[in-house]
Amino acid sequence: MIEMSDPKPSAHGIPSSLAQVMITMRYTFLDYLRSRRFTILMAIMLLISVLLTAVVSYYRPASFVSSGVLSFYSGWWGMSTTLVVVLSGIFFGGDAISGEFQNKTGYFTVPNPVRRSSIYVGKWLSAFAASSIVLLIFTAITVANEGLYYPLSIPWQFAESVLFAWFYLVAVLGFTFFFSSLFKSTSYSILVTAILFLFAFTLIETLVADLAQVEPWFILSYGSEIIGNVLQTPYPQHVTTQQGLFGAGRAAAARTFTAYNVTIPEGLAIIGIYFVITAALGLLLFERKEFN
Amino acid sequence: MANPSLEAINLSKAYGSFTALSNLNLKIEGAKCVGFLGPNGAGKTTTLKIFTDLIRPSSGQALINGFNVHTHKKAALASVGTVIETPEIYPSLTPREALGMVAELRGVASSERKKRIEEVAVEVGMTDWVDKRTGKFSKGMKQRICIASALLSDPKIVILDEPTTGLDPRGMSEVRDIVKSLKKKDRLIFMSSHILSEVEDVCDEVAMIDHGKLLVYDTLQNVTARFAGGEGENVVEVALSRPLPSGVLDGQIAKLPGVLSAQRLDDRRIRIHSEGGLEAQERILSSLVGLGIGVVSFQPASSALEESYLNLIKDTL
Repeated sequence: MIEMSDPKPSAHGIPSSLAQVMITMRYTFLDYLRSRRFTILMAIMLLISVLLTAVVSYYRPASFVSSGVLSFYSGWWGMSTTLVVVLSGIFFGGDAISGEFQNKTGYFTVPNPVRRSSIYVGKWLSAFAASSIVLLIFTAITVANEGLYYPLSIPWQFAESVLFAWFYLVAVLGFTFFFSSLFKSTSYSILVTAILFLFAFTLIETLVADLAQVEPWFILSYGSEIIGNVLQTPYPQHVTTQQGLFGAGRAAAARTFTAYNVTIPEGLAIIGIYFVITAALGLLLFERKEFN
Repeated sequence: MANPSLEAINLSKAYGSFTALSNLNLKIEGAKCVGFLGPNGAGKTTTLKIFTDLIRPSSGQALINGFNVHTHKKAALASVGTVIETPEIYPSLTPREALGMVAELRGVASSERKKRIEEVAVEVGMTDWVDKRTGKFSKGMKQRICIASALLSDPKIVILDEPTTGLDPRGMSEVRDIVKSLKKKDRLIFMSSHILSEVEDVCDEVAMIDHGKLLVYDTLQNVTARFAGGEGENVVEVALSRPLPSGVLDGQIAKLPGVLSAQRLDDRRIRIHSEGGLEAQERILSSLVGLGIGVVSFQPASSALEESYLNLIKDTL
């Protein structure tokens, strides 16, 4: 673990672990910024933005252009931010650690007087910084588009939503780094995280919430719904309805159906717990994993 | 500073039921170059990886300058430069940036950093490439950068795992020169290699390992004296300027005093197995020249280290 209480250079002239985190971060961030993946992610984000801009300006849907600022942000930001965050996590975190093994970059960094935890945290911070650039530009494009239809304003709910998105990014990167530490193959780690975030979480959430009627408090994507929910007024609550079940030509008993909506404290807790657990496990795995 | 040292104490490493390293005890101390030899899978790289924190031992300890690599990594590796296998460098970084990263991690003073990077780039012959991105570099070029990174902080100990792998002949020669120059600077160099001539050329001592066990650790002279060939036996290869006439090999050469056997390798090359020291070899060479068969070279068929290696490794099969 990082020696947070060791800010001064050691007796051997080696920088403190905290300083080494920042050194690792600086150089891997530079590597990320120049990488093809950064360009591709930026292109995907811009493509999403261009499509949204074109569709909204051409069709001018009422929910975007005439139902209020919050409704605009809910439609635009609430619909696509999580995708941008997840893609950032996959692009920058998916092979961040597994690449150290498969691509052998770890043979360049690990045999130095530096703790593995410093490398792990440094790489995590650089992935966070690179993802933040993408998210920041997407936020700016969202706000600029809002200015096309309403007087330019940033309601506090949107500011909150942006903060939640960044917090979600923290958890997504923690999670992708964990899977990246779990595998030595970059393809496996990227594939597993992509499947989990793009399909599996949504599928499990649907199965658990809609079919089993259990609140999916253990799913990260459920926690991330606070990003969109906070843009709705009033904030959505659990909605319970009675639904009739029909058999072959005869009415059967009605059943109670609940549509779950995560509250802000619950969402923050889910995201926070996911981050803490996956970051700790990922760090532990990287500390113990062998280069063979 | 005390003598640089590397010490393996009962060092073992197992992968499931396979024992890669078995109770290795080895202490290397002082400024010297030690060649680490053994066949593929003998445990050389495993040992070096344990000493550089790339893997953990199943039991035992790896100490560098008295510090346990796994419990006091920063102190242990503070004055160690390493190249294990052929490391990759972050592809979007230039050698200058990659070396800058290592220099910073190792605490090279900012006032010296630029100068040191340029010095090591010159040393490994990469000055023309120092500002190009490493992503498209060949294996040999990357190996040179990695050797440069090992030398950056002017370490007291240098651990090299087959350092000339992937290099062209010029690169191999340059690396040998680098190792020799390090020896002059009173460094401890621990180097694994399959190239025995390279080890003979640059190393003072050799450690041989097989099946995860240390077979011998001694000076090059002592190892070759103890294990090279039979007692006082030699094998030489003789090259001729013209084809050897029939009957000469068995009729005359095989019957020369001191010759145990003679074998035709091809029309213009023969191998002679003889007994006796240098004087006996001198007599045989003189007799061969006297036969008028056109001797153009007379040299040992294998190096003393190669013979020692083959004898030791063969004995463990």
